[in-house]
Amino acid sequence: MHYAIRTMQLALNWYLSLSAILFVIGVLGVLVRRNAIVIFLSIELMLNAANLALVAFSQTFADVNGQVLVFFVMSVAAAEAAVGLAIIIALFRNKETVNVDEISLFRG
Amino acid sequence: MLETFLFFLFAVVAVVGALGMLIARNPVSSALWMIMTLFAIACLYITLSAEFIGVIQVLVYAGAIMVLFLFVIMLLNLESLPSLGAMDWKNVVAFALGIAVLAQILAVISLRLDVMPVAISSAEAADATSATNIGIALLTEHAFSLEIIGVLLLAATVGAVMLAKKKFV
Repeated sequence: MHYAIRTMQLALNWYLSLSAILFVIGVLGVLVRRNAIVIFLSIELMLNAANLALVAFSQTFADVNGQVLVFFVMSVAAAEAAVGLAIIIALFRNKETVNVDEISLFRG
Repeated sequence: MLETFLFFLFAVVAVVGALGMLIARNPVSSALWMIMTLFAIACLYITLSAEFIGVIQVLVYAGAIMVLFLFVIMLLNLESLPSLGAMDWKNVVAFALGIAVLAQILAVISLRLDVMPVAISSAEAADATSATNIGIALLTEHAFSLEIIGVLLLAATVGAVMLAKKKFV
């Protein structure tokens, strides 16, 4: 029993580290890439990294609330993707680009 | 032993997919690499015996959301970027920032995990977070949040249609 708990905590460590790595790759994507669609994909990757950490904690402590929260995060991600991509389409129609450096609406 | 092997297999696939998404010069390739990462994460959920979330991940993320992304990318007919030139200083700063954040998170994970409550055994956890129990929690304790999410999705659908209409902006 004690051994099982130790391996479970070790597994939790590994899952959290993977979650951190994926999150940082998402952060790098937002910082480095200038294509609005790839920036959106990076944001989705960060949401997924957070979900992975939530599920790992939820399974480690047998708490169902973590997975309910993951369900809600996925719904919000779907809504965010729909609205964000519609904004990108509207911007592309006006500016003929999705490069975020060339889209500066408030500077005229 | 098998669990450890599967974890590392899918972890490597997920990280390779994420890096491919970051490096690919064509947005379509980026989206396809991302689908690989999402599938690997779904497999990781199943190795954690969270089958419900794993199936939802494949259906909603890899199925619906990524199809939406690919649809928009192909609708916009974007040209792929020229291949990577020399690293400019902005990318170097971004890379250093990313490494710093990663080091911080990993340090917190390695230092502070011993103060957490005692873990439950894996079989007990799988039983407590089965699809049945998630459904019960969603429709009793979190019923109000579920309704709000429904309204949010409706609002997002209407908003997306309005924004993508021809004479909106």
